[in-house]
Amino acid sequence: MKNKKLKFAIGIGIILAVVIWEAISGFQQSKTYYVTVSELTSTGKSRQRVRVGGDVAAGSIERRGGQLTFRLAQDTKSIPVVYVGTDTLPDTFVEGAQAIVEGNYTAGGEFRAEKIQAKCASKYQAKPGGPADKKTPVPGQAALAGAS
Amino acid sequence: MNQVGTVGLIAGLAFAVFGVVAGALGGRLGSSRILKSAERATLAFVAMITLAVVVLEWLILTNDFHNAYVAAHSNRDLPVYYKVAVLWAGQEGSLLFWTWLLALYGGLAVLLNRRQNRQIMPYVISILMGTGAFFSAITFFAANPFGELSVMTANGAQPFAPADGNGLNPLLQYHSMVIHPPMLYLGYVGFAVPFAFAMGALITKQLGDNWIRVTRRWTMVPWMFLGAGILLGGRWAYSVLGWGGYWGWDPVENASLLPWLSGTAFLHSVMIQEKRGMLKVWNIVLVITTFFLCIFGTFLTRSGIVSSVHAFAQSSIGPFFAAFLGVVTFFSVSLLFMRLEFLKSENKLDSMVSRESGFLFNNWILLAAVFAVLWGTIFPVISKAIQNETVTVGAPYFNKVAIPIGLLLLFLTGAGPLLAWRKTSFQSLKRNFTLPLAVAVVVGGILLATGVRHFYAWVSLFLAVFVGVCTLQEFYKGARTRQRTGGENFFQAIYNLTMMNTRRYGGYVVHLGIVMLFVGFAGQAFQAQTKGLMTEGDELRVKDYVLRAGSIVSGDTPNYAYQKITLAITKDGKPLGTLEPDRRFFKASQQPTSHVAIRSAFSEDLYTVLAGQDPDSGKAVVEVFVNPLVRWVWMGGFVMFFGTLLALVPSRAERQMAEIRQAQEVAVRASDAK
Repeated sequence: MKNKKLKFAIGIGIILAVVIWEAISGFQQSKTYYVTVSELTSTGKSRQRVRVGGDVAAGSIERRGGQLTFRLAQDTKSIPVVYVGTDTLPDTFVEGAQAIVEGNYTAGGEFRAEKIQAKCASKYQAKPGGPADKKTPVPGQAALAGAS
Repeated sequence: MNQVGTVGLIAGLAFAVFGVVAGALGGRLGSSRILKSAERATLAFVAMITLAVVVLEWLILTNDFHNAYVAAHSNRDLPVYYKVAVLWAGQEGSLLFWTWLLALYGGLAVLLNRRQNRQIMPYVISILMGTGAFFSAITFFAANPFGELSVMTANGAQPFAPADGNGLNPLLQYHSMVIHPPMLYLGYVGFAVPFAFAMGALITKQLGDNWIRVTRRWTMVPWMFLGAGILLGGRWAYSVLGWGGYWGWDPVENASLLPWLSGTAFLHSVMIQEKRGMLKVWNIVLVITTFFLCIFGTFLTRSGIVSSVHAFAQSSIGPFFAAFLGVVTFFSVSLLFMRLEFLKSENKLDSMVSRESGFLFNNWILLAAVFAVLWGTIFPVISKAIQNETVTVGAPYFNKVAIPIGLLLLFLTGAGPLLAWRKTSFQSLKRNFTLPLAVAVVVGGILLATGVRHFYAWVSLFLAVFVGVCTLQEFYKGARTRQRTGGENFFQAIYNLTMMNTRRYGGYVVHLGIVMLFVGFAGQAFQAQTKGLMTEGDELRVKDYVLRAGSIVSGDTPNYAYQKITLAITKDGKPLGTLEPDRRFFKASQQPTSHVAIRSAFSEDLYTVLAGQDPDSGKAVVEVFVNPLVRWVWMGGFVMFFGTLLALVPSRAERQMAEIRQAQEVAVRASDAK
């Protein structure tokens, strides 16, 4: 009986070891720090492989010579972002959208984004000032948020 | 109308609370009269929540934009079938929908158990209604879908309705999105029933395998729906999101996978308890875990605790869910500890190479998968709490862990059922495994010869063949035996074999579905993609395909305006027709989305996306993917669904038993009447 238990333990041990080893290597490979705009600017240091969440500042998206730049803002702070990735930007990437950029923050204070994810602010919840409001300016529409 | 809905909700909440108390009291006092009233309260709960759902659907279908939820999620020109789906498009509606499905399951449990399990039922009702009370309370207090819009005027607040609603999120306007959430929810919610029975069994100390027998179907049904829901979600992502894949290890996807994995473990380990009286504690732990993960999944999806592309907006319901999870865990785990002495194992494990140990390995591996996926999913939260720094992990982590685990499981899918209970002799191993292994080696060799060098993909295909042959061999052997003894023809024999033991052979059909899934997963390793700027006459090449751009046409529908490009496809010089990916601009929500066009075949999908317009050149941005074997994933899903349905059909043996029991009851009643 003891022998059997031992074999069983060894079997499970090997499986666990493989899985844990794979987990650690995959973890090291893909771990990314997630910070907000103000956390990033307050330290002032450059950082590798970091994700930053914020809003795409209104009127900041510029396309020049095939390169896209914009400012990612949170409250009063914002950082300039250059998109250096190859993926087509998501449809939800518009001014005012919430965006998560992934890439490197250079010592010069510029963010070189390799990936951009965006979530339209009005995607699931109606917010005042959202697209629908611009389309049909009805007095008192601001009450939308209060009631919902 | 909104008032009627709110009344339905609050009355439902009241009946649920009554059901909790009456159930517990009825069980404690052994009073069948109180139990009857608990049952009636459950049915009244069903009626009231149904009323609320009907009212909300009515408001949606009649474009009543006084209602804030309807105004936020629907619009006049939305097609009717999408309007129906507005019910679960937002936070408030989906919580109501969740509550309603729970009510339906609860009502069904009451109706089906009017004559049986009378001792456990009071507590089952109590626990189901407790969950129902939580969900209706959260819907009523924190996410009421019956809120009305108002506008401030000089005379105070006045009711207000916009001319049109904000519209349904364009990404949700896709046919499988109409059924994906209901399927997924039927899965999430349904595990409440086996959980309630397990808790009822613990409370009443009726811890034989009765509760397991009773909840077998109650577990298979939600498991089936959850699996279908997950795959439909993948199907949706594949056809709508336009990145060429169907699974991205997004927290919301992971959340749905977790209870499916632990539910799979539960479905298997109950068989050891039935056959050998082992693993009793383990089974309770699994059912608790599965229910916990279902609620946890809903919590992850709803609370915005982890950032996800499809997460709903930040909301206030998080703390309520955390509290409910805490209560569920504390209650169920302490109950389990109090009853440990009733859960002693009747047997010991005899051999490493036996059906039992196969099941045990399966359980360990599934739980390792749960742990690994859970760890990666909530790591941002953990690291924030410990290091005050949010660290996220991406797809490479999940793939690295999940692939070896998945392959081990695949191996067991084929090997496990061929092992004998208690102990498997070397002779029987040789007899059962020679053919599958031989076929797998031959196919594996052919794959190597044709240039398959991707290690994991090769292993998956090798194992897929091995498991497929193992499983088919079981059908074949069973059928041959019947043919020898009964003189049936082969197909009759297969049919009768399956019908004699639907659970076993239905399970094998599910296993064949799993094999097909893995064939599809393996195809992912050979994906090819390209991207190009195109105007009329331009060509794009990927693998052996050539895509030639035709004209770009613009058009208009009431719901959206669109632009589409016609791509003429040729493969090795042979024309294969055209694909027309388009971009739609939805009017109500003012959002553009890409609508992919796919040419699907058994061997591979050609997947095209009109991603946008290049701002500099004005050309169309076209992305093309070649995704080998993707169709096998969807087919595998269908086969699994069908296999589970088959396993749900009562076996002939079971039906005969039921008939005998019924006849006995009739006889007893007849003699009583005399």
